[in-house]
Amino acid sequence: MAVATKKNKWEQALVIFIMVAGGVLVSIPFLWMISSSFKPESEVLSIPPTIIPDNPTIENYINLFTNMNFAVYLKNTLIIVLFSFLGLLFNAMAGYGFAKYEFKGREKVFYIVLATMMIPGQVTMIPVYLLLNAMGLTNTMTGIVLPGLAVAFSIFLFRQFMTTVPDDLIEAARLDGAGEFYIFFRLVMPIAKPIFAVQGILTFIAGWNSFLWPLIIANDESLYTLSVGLSLLQGQYANNFALQMAGAAFMVVPIIIIFSFFQKYIVEGFTMSGIK
Amino acid sequence: MKQFKNRHPYMFIAPAVILLSLFSLIPILIAFVISFTDMNLKGLADWSSVTFIGLENYIALFSDSTFIKSIFNTIFYVLIGVPLVIICSLSIALLLNYGTSKLFTTFRAVYYMPSITNIIAVAVIWGYLYNTEYGLFNYLLSLLSVENVPWLEEPTIAKLSLILLAVWKGIGINMIIFLAALQGIPKSYYEAAEMDGANRLQVLFNVTLPLLRYATFFVTVTTLIGWMQFFEEPFVMTDGGPLDGTISIALFIYKEGFQFSEFGYAAAGSFVLFAMIILVTVLQFKFRKSDTEY
Repeated sequence: MAVATKKNKWEQALVIFIMVAGGVLVSIPFLWMISSSFKPESEVLSIPPTIIPDNPTIENYINLFTNMNFAVYLKNTLIIVLFSFLGLLFNAMAGYGFAKYEFKGREKVFYIVLATMMIPGQVTMIPVYLLLNAMGLTNTMTGIVLPGLAVAFSIFLFRQFMTTVPDDLIEAARLDGAGEFYIFFRLVMPIAKPIFAVQGILTFIAGWNSFLWPLIIANDESLYTLSVGLSLLQGQYANNFALQMAGAAFMVVPIIIIFSFFQKYIVEGFTMSGIK
Repeated sequence: MKQFKNRHPYMFIAPAVILLSLFSLIPILIAFVISFTDMNLKGLADWSSVTFIGLENYIALFSDSTFIKSIFNTIFYVLIGVPLVIICSLSIALLLNYGTSKLFTTFRAVYYMPSITNIIAVAVIWGYLYNTEYGLFNYLLSLLSVENVPWLEEPTIAKLSLILLAVWKGIGINMIIFLAALQGIPKSYYEAAEMDGANRLQVLFNVTLPLLRYATFFVTVTTLIGWMQFFEEPFVMTDGGPLDGTISIALFIYKEGFQFSEFGYAAAGSFVLFAMIILVTVLQFKFRKSDTEY
């Protein structure tokens, strides 16, 4: 903040104290999850609870892969993440198309794209299921992946960013004889790296966390994602909290690691895209 | 920016626009049509068994005590949850915007963490924290000699427990939007206020908050829409129970659609929800005061 000169030591200490105290409160579920995931089954139910496990063990994590099909769930989740990046490319192309070309119906189509953001998921859930059923795509990976590829909000953010790419640059490339797709992939995409970083993280998180749609579409356990597997675990091992916490940690920790590497792009990305 | 080769713009937008039409726009029309039919699991296999029943689904909905309960619960969630999320995320954004050191960026990540956490993992962890016998919350309360709280077993307390969890999870994204807005305020405004001798509270109420009006409006609209569709928390934590005490409209629609396969009835419910969302959003735009852009 700008009024730096007026900051006194007490005020600063108070702000830091409140911030740290709130942060600890917010982190309790995570700390509890990590601590419990290393406890043997007997210790996790002991009262009073131990903060640091007395007999730390990684047995719970091994259990996930030997007794549960977590390797299969992990593979499916990664496939979904991979395809969602294809969707990201489609959204970027659409954002570029809306930002950098004049064409008939541009405004109208763009408003329709924006309008889809307002539709509650519950309205489209049933018809999309019926549609996929008619196409014979229920209980397939295609059926899980396809409906989530295009995201209106993502198109909107890409468009906002792409409008800041100078027209002269694109025009100059055209005069040099570059094709439209060459321009997009070799010239515009490198410039748009910051927005790709933000969207990439958000896409990864969404794909990694996908739950409801795989649950609706997949009947075979061979198509389950990590979240569906984890909810299964919660049902089957209701009282084995240590195993459940290990499953949860396995889902949460990779996201936190990836996020902490890239987190500075997220605030910058939102500031850049003019959502303020 | 002239018309270059005419087909190129369409080639760029086509994949995304086709997918959105197929999985967002056309489904609305389908939902609208089937909401006037008795479409169910039988109709899925044999379309000829589906009959047009007019407004019957809509009439039935408003005499369905579970649906009425779900409307009441949703209003409860919105009235308590939305202000809580906005106040918490704005306060945290103001705290985090105070300094720029490494400590502040670290805590930015800490406050953001819940919002990127998988909902099932959240349900598993919080289910354990809320456990009446073995949960951490009741243990901590027992240290203060407070009796066991039935976190998820009594309708009203269960609703509040779900709100607590959802606020915890909902702060992150809104806090980021407020933070981006705070960082977008030109320094000159603060310098001017300082020259006028304004104290920190005056700066907050006369400079910062008015300039956050657009961000606050954006956050309020999106948060409200989000909470009207409150679904995942009751779905994974309580499945609507106890005694339908936590069922929301969205969960009601899901249950009718995918547990009882009453597609027509569920589609009608989804249009009632849609209408409520549109109504509330339009009202907000109507009551919005004109913006001071900066």
